[in-house]
Amino acid sequence: MQADVSPTGPPLVELRGISKRYGELLANDGIDLRIEPGEIHALLGENGAGKSTLVKILYGVIEPTAGEILWEGRPVSIASPVEARALGIGMVFQHFSLFDELTVAENIAVALSSDWSLATVRSRLGDISRAYGLALEPDRAVWTLSAGERQRIEIVRCLLQNPRLLILDEPTSVLTPQEAEHLFVTLDKLSADGCSILYISHKLEEVRRLCRRATILRGGRVVGAIDPRERSAREIAALMVGNEVGEVRTGTAHAPKGEMLRVTNLTLPPAGLHGQALHGIDLVAHAGEIVGIAGVAGNGQSELFAALSGERPTESADTIAIDGRPCGTAGVDARRRLGAAFVPEERLGHAAAPTHRLSENTLISHAAAEVSRSGFILVNAARRLAGAIVKSFDVRTPEGDPQARKLSGGNLQKFVIGREIIRRPRLLIVDQPTWGVDAGAARLIRQALVDLAREGSAVVVISQDLDELFEVADRMAVIHHGRLSALRPISEWTKEAVGLEMLGVSQSQGAAHAV
Amino acid sequence: MRFELTPRTSVSPVLRALAPVAAFITAFLIAGFVIWLMGRSPVAAFEVYVTQPLSDSWALQELLVKATPLALIAIGLAYCFRANFWNIGAEGQYVMGAVLGSWLALTTHGTEAGFWVLPAMLALGMVGGAAYGLIPAFLKTRFGVSEILTSLMLVYVAQLTLDYLVRGPWRDPQGFNFPQSVTFDPAATLPPVMEASRVHYGTVFAVIAILVTAVVLGRTLFGYRLRLTGDAPRAAHFAGFSARTTTMAVFAISGGLAGLAGIGEVSGQIGQLQPSISPGYGFTAITVAFLGRLNPIGILVAALVVALTFIGGESAQIMLKLPLDLTQAFQGILLLCVLAADALVSYRVRLVTRGGGK
Repeated sequence: MQADVSPTGPPLVELRGISKRYGELLANDGIDLRIEPGEIHALLGENGAGKSTLVKILYGVIEPTAGEILWEGRPVSIASPVEARALGIGMVFQHFSLFDELTVAENIAVALSSDWSLATVRSRLGDISRAYGLALEPDRAVWTLSAGERQRIEIVRCLLQNPRLLILDEPTSVLTPQEAEHLFVTLDKLSADGCSILYISHKLEEVRRLCRRATILRGGRVVGAIDPRERSAREIAALMVGNEVGEVRTGTAHAPKGEMLRVTNLTLPPAGLHGQALHGIDLVAHAGEIVGIAGVAGNGQSELFAALSGERPTESADTIAIDGRPCGTAGVDARRRLGAAFVPEERLGHAAAPTHRLSENTLISHAAAEVSRSGFILVNAARRLAGAIVKSFDVRTPEGDPQARKLSGGNLQKFVIGREIIRRPRLLIVDQPTWGVDAGAARLIRQALVDLAREGSAVVVISQDLDELFEVADRMAVIHHGRLSALRPISEWTKEAVGLEMLGVSQSQGAAHAV
Repeated sequence: MRFELTPRTSVSPVLRALAPVAAFITAFLIAGFVIWLMGRSPVAAFEVYVTQPLSDSWALQELLVKATPLALIAIGLAYCFRANFWNIGAEGQYVMGAVLGSWLALTTHGTEAGFWVLPAMLALGMVGGAAYGLIPAFLKTRFGVSEILTSLMLVYVAQLTLDYLVRGPWRDPQGFNFPQSVTFDPAATLPPVMEASRVHYGTVFAVIAILVTAVVLGRTLFGYRLRLTGDAPRAAHFAGFSARTTTMAVFAISGGLAGLAGIGEVSGQIGQLQPSISPGYGFTAITVAFLGRLNPIGILVAALVVALTFIGGESAQIMLKLPLDLTQAFQGILLLCVLAADALVSYRVRLVTRGGGK
């Protein structure tokens, strides 16, 4: 368990008024943060709130524009990660820095100073593995390991240097729920042994499981320092995303009409090392309804989206039918021409080209929009279309026809969703429609999805945000390890039932086994 | 203490337009300093390099002659570079175009073959260059081999093939054992644009290629496809553009134009095949493409400027006894200055010193 926070001694580390400016952007704005010895302290915030900047300052990767850092009450300057490690700060980054071809022990040895022999590393590795339940085989090559095992190497590498403070940046983003739970047990043990942990996340549940104190950032500022166990998820979310919370008018669902999408026994091998295979997915979406697909990130959502959009065609045409026409082998263009539209998860680089103007970005879904003729671009039509999207979806732009990267996340998301909705597709498939966007934009986007369905289109929403799905979906299923649960009306789902499906415990198969 | 580059929030168009001018002045100052170090007068060198070629009608024609292959190759490379494919092997595609086109000239040599020979040679030149360019494209799409390596290495294969041909099977029997082919028949010679001029029809092709490319890159879906593939490959895939087709297309276009430059040069300038048919046009064209910022009109200007350094370099060698290597060094300095000027327009440089406030 977590060591009690001692009110008497100085905090292990204290940040005072830390600011970091990049040109016009203030990534950190006068941030104060105290971490007591042995506590697990959460740093919560949406993407772009300034979390990564702050920890990089603490780890000596970047230099603050203003402010000071106190280590056990005395001011220090951390000019590089080497100096940070010398103080006793260890960090596990979101993206691992490991050599695939080397073994576990070799990967650890290369990162340590040269007076560590491989034999010493091995024996200490054994000790630490046993003490904290971080099972690792020293002689396995890294490329054979799962993401969770790779992360353990990074953690052990830090622990070998006896850190006083361990920083973890979104550690569960690459982990399965089981691996994540395993990590939490390790972190509890570390904390009990007196090591402080700064835990960065945007997942509320994890933070409530682990931490008693959380600092919430929004737009580079501290907007709250709270005990996450004493506040409701809604309150914390409101702090993270700002206070505008509006309701989406769902209206009444019409009786579902024609079948716009039918997926039959969709099975796909994983696309790469970190890919997830899809196993026998069946899914039907009717005109006039919103079908929600819930699940923890990395359970096959992007693979399912790629198969539905045609970015990764399937082997048999019959696997996927849009509007009754088999199109499993067809590419994304052909599916757009069948009346479908797609919005991928990643806004910049996937849904839109960052350095291209909005009018040029309308050309990405050119197959179904009137922006080109016989191979020539209709520049004026593209500009008019971009203008119309900006107007109808309340996209706030810094200038007339700006580059996509100049828009904020929420505004760009409104644009890419608007680009598809404005041509009234009869089937819309959206992956994470409101990921990392502000509450106002999220509300507008959800309303637009609902309106589209009420006008008679079929909408499939893949989302990690359960509240969002409960708000807009008519029917819902849960994806777990590439398998899709039964598709049930939203009224038949409870959050508990969804949670169990997310853990792979199917209700229909045996609620008795549920934990 | 270190330097930090921070992006400027807004870039003035005037500054952006003036950047290349400043780059040229800087490059000339650096080159002048080097020439001064070598004990020659920088002023005299500037005279020989720039002023004389631009005030002499023969030299002006020569400028067009030299700029022609550079512009043709660079315009083709712009297709590749915009889509972010690194075709470093235009020199090889140039040679292979020249070889395949010359094959027809040599086969029909001394026959009654008529007017069709020349167009067929030009077509074969393009086919040869395009086919040679498709080798790295195929290796990339099929096996994921880096096109940088394969296209570069294929240059040496092409040069050695040419060398073998002119020393072996294609050597002129009456050529006193010199490694060169027979001189092409008039029917296989690209005529000058005007009577008694050195400027041949290749120049016209270059201008056409520039105009067509300006339309293709700026106004067509294909041009957008290249930009999207270069700037955001996942978005290009999402737009339904197959990366495989794009790769093949840009390498074929780029190789085809390099091949046309090659056969144009052999048939319009040299008049026969010999071991060396290029002073490195295929590599210099990479500089030209970037000096012109991958923009067709920019490439036209850049090709003329770089051609000027070639001609100036030759005269400087004769008149001032300056080594020809200096010309290549100058082309390098010029490219670095232009890239640096571009960077300085987009970014602000700040000197960061540690320790302040801590």
